[in-house]
This record gives sequence, C-alpha cells and structure tokens, in this order.
Amino acid sequence: MEERSVRMAQHQVNYASSGGLPVALTTVDHILNWGRSNSLWPLTYGLACCAIEMMASGASRYDFDRMGVIFRASPRQADVMILAGTLTKKHAEFTRRLYDQMAEPKWVISMGSCANTGGMFNTYSIVQGVDRIVPVDIYLPGCAPRPETLQYAMMMLQKKIRRESANMKKNKKQRFI
Amino acid sequence: MRRYVPKDNVQKKAKYTDRFWVAPRVPREPVEDEFFISVLENLKSENIEILDSFIELKHLVIQIKPEDNVKVLKNLKEKSCFKTCVDLSAVDYLAQDGEFEVFYILLNYDQAKRVRVETRIKENQAIESVEKIYRSANFAEREMYDMFGIYVNNHSYLKRILMPDDWVGHPLLKTYPLQGDEAASWYEVDKIFGKEYRDIIGPELRDPARIDRYDTKRFARIGHEVPFGADPSLVDKTETKIEDGYSKTFLTDYTKESKQLEKRK
Repeated sequence: MEERSVRMAQHQVNYASSGGLPVALTTVDHILNWGRSNSLWPLTYGLACCAIEMMASGASRYDFDRMGVIFRASPRQADVMILAGTLTKKHAEFTRRLYDQMAEPKWVISMGSCANTGGMFNTYSIVQGVDRIVPVDIYLPGCAPRPETLQYAMMMLQKKIRRESANMKKNKKQRFI
Repeated sequence: MRRYVPKDNVQKKAKYTDRFWVAPRVPREPVEDEFFISVLENLKSENIEILDSFIELKHLVIQIKPEDNVKVLKNLKEKSCFKTCVDLSAVDYLAQDGEFEVFYILLNYDQAKRVRVETRIKENQAIESVEKIYRSANFAEREMYDMFGIYVNNHSYLKRILMPDDWVGHPLLKTYPLQGDEAASWYEVDKIFGKEYRDIIGPELRDPARIDRYDTKRFARIGHEVPFGADPSLVDKTETKIEDGYSKTFLTDYTKESKQLEKRK
C-alpha cells in the first residue's frame, strides 16, 4: 500500500482479511480537509508590488497549479484571499466586500509587510495591518516575499486546514464579525 | 553591490541638525532670452499686469494676480504657443504668509521652452478654472482641491480625486498630521463596521521606528533575550548577554576582514 494512503487512513486495513477490497477507513473531517487543502483557489487580488511576486508564483517557473492552487477572478469561486500589497483606507471597504462575497470556508493570507502592519507606509492613508478589516490566517513577512515564500505560506495554510475541524462552526476563529 | 555604511544608532541621529538652516534659493536671473521677451510682450499687449518675471533654471517664471489667471493662460496658449499644461498645483505658505501659491507649468513644444505662472491666493479664496483652456487641468484642479481644499470656480466636476469623498481634511496642508487625524485613523473601521466597533478593533498600532531596550514583547533585544513579556523592571537582573547568539551567527560583522566580504564589496 502506498505510503500516502496509509497516512490518510486512520485505520490500517488488512487487504488479505477484507477480501482484497481497496478500502481505506478515515474520518469525515479528514477527507473533507484533504479535499479542501489540496485545491485552494485564491482570489486574484494584487494590490501593489507583492502582486508581481504573486503573479510569478502562478506562472510557469514556480507553477502554483501543481499544488492545486488556481487563481480565480471572482470571489464567489475563491477559497483564499491573498492580500498582496498595500491596502489603502479608500480601498479597505471593497476588500471587506470581496471577503464577504467569498463562500465559506474561506481563508486569508496577508502577504508582505504592507498588508501585515502597514509596512513603511506609516501614513494617514494606509490601513495599518489588514487584520483590522478581515480575519487573517497566515501573516507572510517580506518586502516583497519571494514566490517560494508565498508557496510556503500556502503550504502552511494547507497544514492549518488539515488540522482544523471540517465543520467551520466548530473552528473558533478570532473573528470580530 | 551597494557600499556598506555603518548603521549604528542611525535612528537616533537627526537628519537635520541645524534648526535654522534655510535651503538655498535657486538663483533668479533677468529675462534675456528672445523668445521669453516676446512672451512677456504678448502678455503686456493685452494689458495684463505682471507682478514679477524672471528666469529660474532656464524656465520663465511669471507672477500674476489670481483674477488674471484665465486671461494669462489663454494669451500664453494662443499667442506664445504653450500648448500643454504639464502640471498645476499649489504650495502651502499659510504659516509663512497666510497664502497659497498656485502655479501652472506650461510647455511649448516648438521652442522646447517652459513657463511657470505663479499666483498667490488667500486661505478661503477661490480660483477660476482653466479647464476650458487646457483639458489636462481638469484632474489637476481636482487634485488641488482634494489636497489643499482650494475651491475652483466653474470647474465641470469638482470632486475629490485621490481621497475618498467622505474624507475629512486636506492631506497636503502643512497643518495636516502625517499619520492622520482622528477621523483618518478610524476611517476604515467606521466605514465598514460602524463606530461601535472602534472599541473591539482598537486604535492603530503604529511603529515609532525606535528600539526600546526594555521592550520585552517585540524583537528588540537581540543578544539580550529574556522570556516573552517579562516584567521590564526585572529585566536588568534577569538578562544575560548571549554572546554566541544572533550577533555572531546571523549578523554579518562587516568590520572584520574577510576575503568573501571583499569580493562582495
């Protein structure tokens, strides 16, 4: 039996005794999270120069598709919002609206210093950290983070999803709304 | 590679040490250029009062009365062939003179010459729109209104262009704080969640760009690590300098001689 399926199954199945049927037993949580974490579709949402790195991650050299990450142009089809870049206060309203339009379950990656804390834009017009607007799952440092870093962040998010309950109501996320 | 400059205590050093230092003025030269003289003559032929005119960095500067701005620009465009309005904006001299300086930068493509038309207006004085003469003035005037609050008469669509419509204040005024006023700091919270969420979300955390020796919650104690959030008053007793911590393994010592570093430099 392949190592991968063994890891997925909660209970080892002895094929000899079960009549040779390819049966693997697992939990609902596990199989749902397996499906969710392996096809994370982010929203194409570049805000500033981090978007260039995000585009590079999606392109052939780094090839995000091989991880099941396919960028979607509509929030209705997206699972992950990658906030790539500086978020201005003028735009914050629309970011929140896009986040609200995404279907559950949804996650947010805050990419780069500007999205995390406002970064070098310690000014009147920049949101000082996107966690003021939307609940963030992964904070990705860097200015701008390289594509590998974004891919690593996505892998960390996958890990996080696999760890949590498939029932989103049970996941006590720190949400203010 | 960029040359290394020691960055010890760079944040403590003031950029300007002389409080009374005044930036040197660009020298003003008399108008001697043939073309520029003809430009001024064209203006005088229409009985336009020119308060002052001189050359700064090969560009003609004309100072006029604010009421004349449309007349002057029309004359410059039609008679002296300044077909493009490159930029138009204002400078805040309110603290110094109680006035704004509004300037128009025009370009003549045929002669490759530029002219700057300057005019001074009082704080609550409006200025006439030049949008009818130069279409490019449309956005520039909106920006001037947005950033300085200077009202432009007879503009076709005078609305904020950069800041949101419900923004309070005009950010390019010298009196506007860089990190925003009260309204600015809560803008996105009020807009999205409503005022009652201010307490839940809390005020903005802004980086003062200063390393506090007794801050035990951020990474300000490299080489002097203490437990996270340790009581700062106890820090002196508990802290032990970790000699072989970050300082030697992670941070490169640029003062030390090494072949590799030489190569990189």
